[in-house]
Amino acid sequence: MSANTYDAIVIGSGISGGWAAKELTEKGLKTIMLERGRNIEHIKDYVNANKDPWEFPHRGGRTQKMIEDYPVLKRDYPLNETNLDYWANDKESPYVEKKRFDWFRGYHVGGRSLMWGRQSYRWADFNFEENLKDGIGVDWPIRYKDLEQWYGYAERFAGISGNKDGLAVLPDGDFMPPMDMNIVEKDVAKRFKDIYKGARNFVIGRTANITVPHNNRTNCQYRNKCWLGCPFGAYFSTQSATLPAAMATGKLTVRPWSIVTKILYDKDTKKAKGVEVLDAETNQTYEFFAKIVFVNASAFNSTWILMNSATDIWPDGLGSSSGELGHNVMDHHLNVGAGGTVEGFEDKYYFGRRANGIYIPRYRNMNGDKRDYIRGFGYQGGASRDGWGKQVAEMNIGGEFKDAITEPGTWSMGIGGFGETLPYHENRIYLDKTVKDKWGLPVLAFDAELKDNELKMRKDMESDAKEMLEAAGVKNVHTYSANPYLGRGIHEMGTARMGRDPKTSVLNGWNQVWDAKNVFVTDGAAMTSAACQNPSLTYMALTARAANYAVEELKKNNL
Amino acid sequence: MNRRDAISRVALIMGGTVLGAEYFLSGCKSPNSQVSDLFSADNIAFLNEVADTILPTTAGSPGAKAANVGKFMAVMVQDCYKAFDQKTFLEGITKLDEASKKQFNSKFMDITAAQRTELLVALDKEQKEFTKEREKLVDADKLKHKGEPFYFANEAEIPNHYFRLMKELTLLGYFTSEIGATKALRYIAVPGHYDGNLPYKKGDKAWAT
Repeated sequence: MSANTYDAIVIGSGISGGWAAKELTEKGLKTIMLERGRNIEHIKDYVNANKDPWEFPHRGGRTQKMIEDYPVLKRDYPLNETNLDYWANDKESPYVEKKRFDWFRGYHVGGRSLMWGRQSYRWADFNFEENLKDGIGVDWPIRYKDLEQWYGYAERFAGISGNKDGLAVLPDGDFMPPMDMNIVEKDVAKRFKDIYKGARNFVIGRTANITVPHNNRTNCQYRNKCWLGCPFGAYFSTQSATLPAAMATGKLTVRPWSIVTKILYDKDTKKAKGVEVLDAETNQTYEFFAKIVFVNASAFNSTWILMNSATDIWPDGLGSSSGELGHNVMDHHLNVGAGGTVEGFEDKYYFGRRANGIYIPRYRNMNGDKRDYIRGFGYQGGASRDGWGKQVAEMNIGGEFKDAITEPGTWSMGIGGFGETLPYHENRIYLDKTVKDKWGLPVLAFDAELKDNELKMRKDMESDAKEMLEAAGVKNVHTYSANPYLGRGIHEMGTARMGRDPKTSVLNGWNQVWDAKNVFVTDGAAMTSAACQNPSLTYMALTARAANYAVEELKKNNL
Repeated sequence: MNRRDAISRVALIMGGTVLGAEYFLSGCKSPNSQVSDLFSADNIAFLNEVADTILPTTAGSPGAKAANVGKFMAVMVQDCYKAFDQKTFLEGITKLDEASKKQFNSKFMDITAAQRTELLVALDKEQKEFTKEREKLVDADKLKHKGEPFYFANEAEIPNHYFRLMKELTLLGYFTSEIGATKALRYIAVPGHYDGNLPYKKGDKAWAT
């Protein structure tokens, strides 16, 4: 066996890649995890995590230099001074926008598990059934019962705090104690119960921040600086959770600066034999060999790898025989919601910075409700007291003004929607060989957009937000709806979907590529539909399930 | 070292363009007083006084000058502002002084605290009117570009009022400074727990973050 031979290769080190590495190594497989970017070591490399606000020269803002250097990231909140190094360099890794697509990437060990929003929701059974029911895309090859035990498995290890709300629309998980709602949120929750009588619900967010110590990780300290990297290891990331578990087995090798350019496909065995790697620092090419390959490079980069693989057999790449590779781009559409002020509660405040909010699970197009669009949306939000920033508009000057704005202002409450996007065949990514990245590799082009169903849904997302807040007693409610473009949800899904038929899907019900059964894709690329819940917990569950299956099949000599 | 060398060295150190070179050549007394491409030490002293008039020392907490908000403003304008806002801001320093001379026959640095307040209260009214009109222009610009996928409203170069800029930077700079966050507001780096029902009585300070 050559030094470059392993039992398993995992491409990517984000949420799903970290899970793949943990599961495969814990089951005894000698595994190499290939990461295209630099290493970020837990705690030690979280260079800004313990800084106070005044230690940032621009107080967390963005300079003109940053804006120039990051033509994509600048489009929204990710471009900021505090964790700039965690975001991929737009200029080194360009892409083509046939239509606008805000692609916010993390190219380093840990990927976006370091910056993710941490909201963690199970899908319900009906989420897996709706494609079939609506005649949209293809049917999921699995149902809730197939994933249920893996959801629990993922939750118990990752550490998800949440309340057992007993809602059919949002199955309860194996939770750590929930974070608390503040006094105003509790009031709104009570009003929801009175008004909607269970048809709509207002619950505390379920988040991958631990609320009790867990696996040598300290519980959340309520600093709300998660996206700088947590020195307490209080939120789930590759670095805080899956990587230490995988390293503890002694069976994991992590290789940063390793851009996987293709999967090496053996047409005789009809399986992958390994991968080709371009060293991002030296530009040297290497080959690594293994019995199984887990592709976890983030949805569209996983598909990029497949598109570049086995092109001598299939010109459009491994998995393209279905005609669906690169198609059915999905995300959650957002930037639509409402906010307003809450009267009273002037004698109440809060202590601590809770890195979590409230959640309103989906209620549209269910339980007899029927709209002029299909599927639905959920909301995230929260209540807080205004600070000095809110008072800029009417501000005066002088000592009285200064003392007045050092006190908290009125309470306000806001909610923002997360809407499901449908899998449209014509929403696609493809290789543009005329544009190359820093390493001379062809880049992805995006040709995807929100369509009629999503645009109609956004109207409801805006008006429902107003209606519910007003019903709950919120005053001066204003709504917003902006940026109806894909990508901004940073919930990239689709392009190598799971299905029941190799003619219409790229992966089978175990996340295996139909055309190379020892290749597993278990990140967002695999998604057959999008639902409206934040997707990462589902990737964790899919990955743990697929890894378990892969090892069983290996033992049976089926791979 | 000749004068032009000094200029290019400053530009080099800051990693910036030589945008302020002309200003530098004409506006400052000695190279030592220039602290960045755009700002001299005198400018910063001036901005500190403006900031301290907006947010003066009170019984509860030190003022903006104590937090060196003037320096912060210079950094932000230098690094974060687009050229059109930099121009507005720099011209604003002169305009503010001219307004002071017109009203009090003295430069801003030479008038009394009460006079400064009087002047800035008037300028504040002026900027509020200006900003109201500006918001209409912003909305019109948004409408004009409605549906354009690569239009970003925050990049439209619609002029601001200089005193609006000074005031925004004063508030941001002060309340995110160590003095502002810990003396004027309350700041706890590691709260350790969450309480969503904390009793509050009038006079208690807001959390800094």
